[in-house]
Amino acid sequence: MAKRIEIRFSGAGGQGLITAGIILAEAASIIEGKHAVQSQSYGPEARGGASKSEVIISDAPIDYPKATIVDACLAMTQESADKYANGIKAGGVLLLDSDFVSREPQGDFKTYKFPITRTAKEEIGREIVANVVALGAVVALTEVVSREAGEQAVLAKVPEAFLELNKKAYNLGYDKVKELLK
Amino acid sequence: MAKKVALLQGNEACAHGALYAGAKFFGGYPITPSTEVAEVLSIELPKVGGKFIQMEDEIAAMASIIGASLTGAKVITATSGPGVSLKQELIGYACIAEVPCVIINVMRGGPSTGMPTGPGQSDVMQARWGTHGDHAAIALVPASCQEIFTETVRAFNLAEKYRMPVQVLYDEIVGHMRERIVFPEPGELEVIDRAKPTVPPEQYKPYDTSFGDVPPLAAFGSEYRFHVTGLNKAQDGFPTTKAEYVDAEERRQISKVENEKARADIESNEEYLTEDAEVLIFAYGSTSRSARYAVNELRKEGIKAGLFRPITLWPFPEKRVALLGKQVKAIIVPEMNLGQMNLEVERVVKGTCPVISIGRVDGEPLNPGQIIAQVKEVK
Repeated sequence: MAKRIEIRFSGAGGQGLITAGIILAEAASIIEGKHAVQSQSYGPEARGGASKSEVIISDAPIDYPKATIVDACLAMTQESADKYANGIKAGGVLLLDSDFVSREPQGDFKTYKFPITRTAKEEIGREIVANVVALGAVVALTEVVSREAGEQAVLAKVPEAFLELNKKAYNLGYDKVKELLK
Repeated sequence: MAKKVALLQGNEACAHGALYAGAKFFGGYPITPSTEVAEVLSIELPKVGGKFIQMEDEIAAMASIIGASLTGAKVITATSGPGVSLKQELIGYACIAEVPCVIINVMRGGPSTGMPTGPGQSDVMQARWGTHGDHAAIALVPASCQEIFTETVRAFNLAEKYRMPVQVLYDEIVGHMRERIVFPEPGELEVIDRAKPTVPPEQYKPYDTSFGDVPPLAAFGSEYRFHVTGLNKAQDGFPTTKAEYVDAEERRQISKVENEKARADIESNEEYLTEDAEVLIFAYGSTSRSARYAVNELRKEGIKAGLFRPITLWPFPEKRVALLGKQVKAIIVPEMNLGQMNLEVERVVKGTCPVISIGRVDGEPLNPGQIIAQVKEVK
């Protein structure tokens, strides 16, 4: 059977994690021609409270569109880590924003962390691209799409004036994780 | 040239399907979880010479599409369960007056306001019997974003061809998830327009059955003038209480959809590993995706499970389901309601096998694990 990869982005509503999930699904399905389904938490909690976006990627058509057992999970805040960093498979990965998650979820998975939001603010100069830094980091961690496909999808999504900013953010996130993995 | 592809939500795919089919009018009232259909059409319809109106409420929205359709336009509205409840009287009007229109119902939890942001499938019987009186119904239940596109096109075709309201029902899960859509080229999918009168205006009767079970429909605003009413009517469109007219008209309006030829045209199903199936899962919409996942898992364990997935829910695929009922040990019907289609499956298998309902109404998706557990209990 075809390999099914499940990735969950979580954080505070408004941080752009649904957008990050959409970009990853576009990289997989539009650019790389794989199958992908993206879904998100929906409802009053999606603004301000903990929010999540899930992306399922497979070589074959995807039946069940929601996560069953997560290969990789991102949590940008403590609340989202508490609420959504669960159901991660044995040997899976969890990526945390180390400035905002102090109580680390425990389980049979590997945890990686760096100050994602601070990195966006200090090294790119714009906190708003933290989601794109996180996306680069998730791509580096999972290699579920190629570095280039991820970048291409980011650039296809953002307005022209912000192309360089987002390209830098994506690659910074990617490189940070590749360093952590060394 | 490569075809246009995009990652779209089910609701966005629906709007693009409507445009492909040639929709020229949307009258609606925003409601979760259907609003993206209106949002996209409000932007796109004016670009193709169409009209978008946000009406004062759901009832007016339904009235507006009936009126617009009678001028010759292809029309659509989109709503959710509470909106469909409000539209019911006018859906009946569209049935008896035989006015083509497409109604999208993105299903959430109910009854009443229920759970606006949670998925549900509890409007499937409403789609059949929501309005009072004997009437035929066509309802389509797509399960993916691409299928929402193609089934929306088909809904327009069936509405135009059979001169009646057609409902497309899908749950919030399919409505809001995103998948890749490959846009069909113009001409790639069949697009049907309603039959227009071939007789001169003075001879035209809006319900003239000498042209068949589905009489041609003239457009208001053209040289053709005719009467439209919710009362039982004669062939000229004016009210009548004459028993023979009323009886014949009622029967025709049902048989135009339920005769063998029409059923073969309207019914659409997908079967997955049913040839040797010992346990059949009957599932539609997003629940059918859980069921397919379950079938694959069960097959790995050597359990012969199969899936029957109606794409046309109404008219109900009676013959095929009855036949499968004779083949399998049990039919399991998972749905995000408390057993609505389960009743219909029971009705048609007539006791030849047990029919087991799995209902879920807590706003969470009905997941493959629930189905797998239930199948394993059969033996």
